[in-house]
Amino acid sequence: MKSAIPKTVVVPPGHRRVGMEDSHAAALAVRQCNVDVVAAYPITPQTHIVEKLAEMVANGELDAEFVPVESEHSAMTVCVGAEAAGARTFTCTSSQGLILMSEVVYITSAMRLPCVMVLANRSLSGPLSIWCDHSDVMSIRDCGWIQTFAENGQEVYDLVFHAYRVAEMADVQTPVILNVDGFYLTHVVESLLVADQEVVDRYLPPYRPRHSLHPDRPVTMGAYGVPDLFTETKKAQDEALRATYPHIVRAWQEWGDLTGRHYHPVETYRTEGARVLLFTMGSIGQTAMVAVDTLREQGLPVGLVKLRLWRPFPHEDLRRAVAGAEHLLVLDRAVSFGGPGGPVASEVRSALYGQVDAPVVHDFIVGLAGRDVAVPDFEAMVREVLARKTAPRHEDYVIYGARE
Amino acid sequence: MSEDLARFEDVENPVMPYLRQERIPHIWCPGCGIGTTVNCFARALTESGLDLDKVSIVSGIGCTGRVAGYMRLDSFHTTHGRAIPFATGLKLANPRLKVVVYSGDGDLFAIGGNHFVHAARRNMDLTVICVNNSTYGMTGGQVAPTTPLGATQTTMPYGNFENPFNLPFLADACGAVYVARWTVFHVKQLTRAMKEALLKPGFTFIEVLAPCPTLYLRRNRLGDGVDQVKYYKEKSTIKHGADTKEVGLGFQSDIVVGKFVDRERPTWLDSMNQHFSKVLGTRFQPWGGSNGED
Repeated sequence: MKSAIPKTVVVPPGHRRVGMEDSHAAALAVRQCNVDVVAAYPITPQTHIVEKLAEMVANGELDAEFVPVESEHSAMTVCVGAEAAGARTFTCTSSQGLILMSEVVYITSAMRLPCVMVLANRSLSGPLSIWCDHSDVMSIRDCGWIQTFAENGQEVYDLVFHAYRVAEMADVQTPVILNVDGFYLTHVVESLLVADQEVVDRYLPPYRPRHSLHPDRPVTMGAYGVPDLFTETKKAQDEALRATYPHIVRAWQEWGDLTGRHYHPVETYRTEGARVLLFTMGSIGQTAMVAVDTLREQGLPVGLVKLRLWRPFPHEDLRRAVAGAEHLLVLDRAVSFGGPGGPVASEVRSALYGQVDAPVVHDFIVGLAGRDVAVPDFEAMVREVLARKTAPRHEDYVIYGARE
Repeated sequence: MSEDLARFEDVENPVMPYLRQERIPHIWCPGCGIGTTVNCFARALTESGLDLDKVSIVSGIGCTGRVAGYMRLDSFHTTHGRAIPFATGLKLANPRLKVVVYSGDGDLFAIGGNHFVHAARRNMDLTVICVNNSTYGMTGGQVAPTTPLGATQTTMPYGNFENPFNLPFLADACGAVYVARWTVFHVKQLTRAMKEALLKPGFTFIEVLAPCPTLYLRRNRLGDGVDQVKYYKEKSTIKHGADTKEVGLGFQSDIVVGKFVDRERPTWLDSMNQHFSKVLGTRFQPWGGSNGED
């Protein structure tokens, strides 16, 4: 029987097993990607990543410029400038830092500059909070970046390489945000498989920018888009982001072939014969696997679907993954105030709209600002779904566990 | 409790009425200098004779940002760097208020640096108190725009090579009408400076040097808070009216303290009232400033 907790792990060739904090794993991966410029501003809980990078630069382990900028807005802008000159860049932020830099986040993708950002997910103020939820990433849902989610430290490490591999592909040229749950992942020490540099070098070729600022080949970046051109520009941008999908999948396939660790836009756990499917993004998926094991032992036919790729949204993969289930219990970690509940459930309903025999979507908003979602909570939600006499309307949702 | 101490059981600390005691204990580390500045501020408020119902305090993010939450005054804890624009809005909507911005060096001079420059340029009627501990304390000790050259921080593990701001010079150059620097050793002088700044119309600025034992001192092997206060005592020279160009700080260098600038310029509201009275004549109703309360 498959289990959420692997009993033994064989160290594959070209790897070594190391215990380290997930933030340091992210920094190590960025170093192994041999970035040229790192710009960041302090904000909890992402700080350990850039502090480690600053240390690597100071120790001569990473030949890069580390710029301790004066705000997140500047951090993103420094990366845009460096990318425009053809450099490989990295930045990292959370929450308020992200929404301060969001002006430039939108511009980065529109200019097709393949920056990579790790977003240590944290709730948006107010009230002020430093703890994890997904309200920060949902605020820039439509920013035009490729957006992936990691569930544990190994995924954080692996997905950094994937981010650079995909972003810089000649047919992609699109920035990537890797979402890493704040504290749940950033501050946790895990046992990880770390790849030899030679493995990384086989996976990630040196960066060859398609367009960059150079006196010999003058181009204008960031120019004014007159109304006559603006619509076409946006259509082209949308088509380009949608067209990244096969490259994203291919890059995961290549990483899987090299390391034996395979990733997919939508992943499943014990979905066979499941009446109820949990639907998660990020670190909560780890607990959900344990919950599925527990509920299966109780005879409840429960499975799990995990979304790894948030943008471009994998509609077809999602439909395939949930086919045959009666109920889809979507766990949102953000509120769309005055809208149709959580943003993830809203998109899932949209993907399933009009499908014959699609499962009934039940939206549960959970884990706001780091409130724990433990195995008994999953059990309570599953039992609530099974006890419902009528299907919820499309716009119905529950903010789970909120005191009146 | 000994008998000697028992005699003081009913004696209240004179600062207590200024604090939201339900929020105590505060979050500051042992040896931190921020609490000392709050003591001085409470005494300055008393000595200034200001009606506390007409004093408002605004902070940004960070360790010093917590001051707004601990003072028993109308207060607002803004997002990172935005204390000054919030305070500007507050002052202009209700010119009867005395608005104080109380924040740290990272908040006021990195992410919020632009706002400081422009509020000083406009001579907005605000008192800005900056507790300068040379680092980003709350996020774990990263290099700040006030970190002295050579000082070690998490993002400068072998010493800072970026030139820091000379804050009094910056404030002076931007047009602040009152600029002073003291340390947490100089509690009497700091209290007096705070009182003067509170009572002076226009953009008044005080830099207070304060130890961060947990992140700045420890990382630079400078001992604890008391050791740093001894440094302030030994290395400070009082020089009122000093040329602000000359008061930049190096790593554990000599410190020039004192009142550097005290001059008169029309405040933003006075300038606005004068301008529109001239342009619009009697159609214009002056708002705040020295023309009246509202």
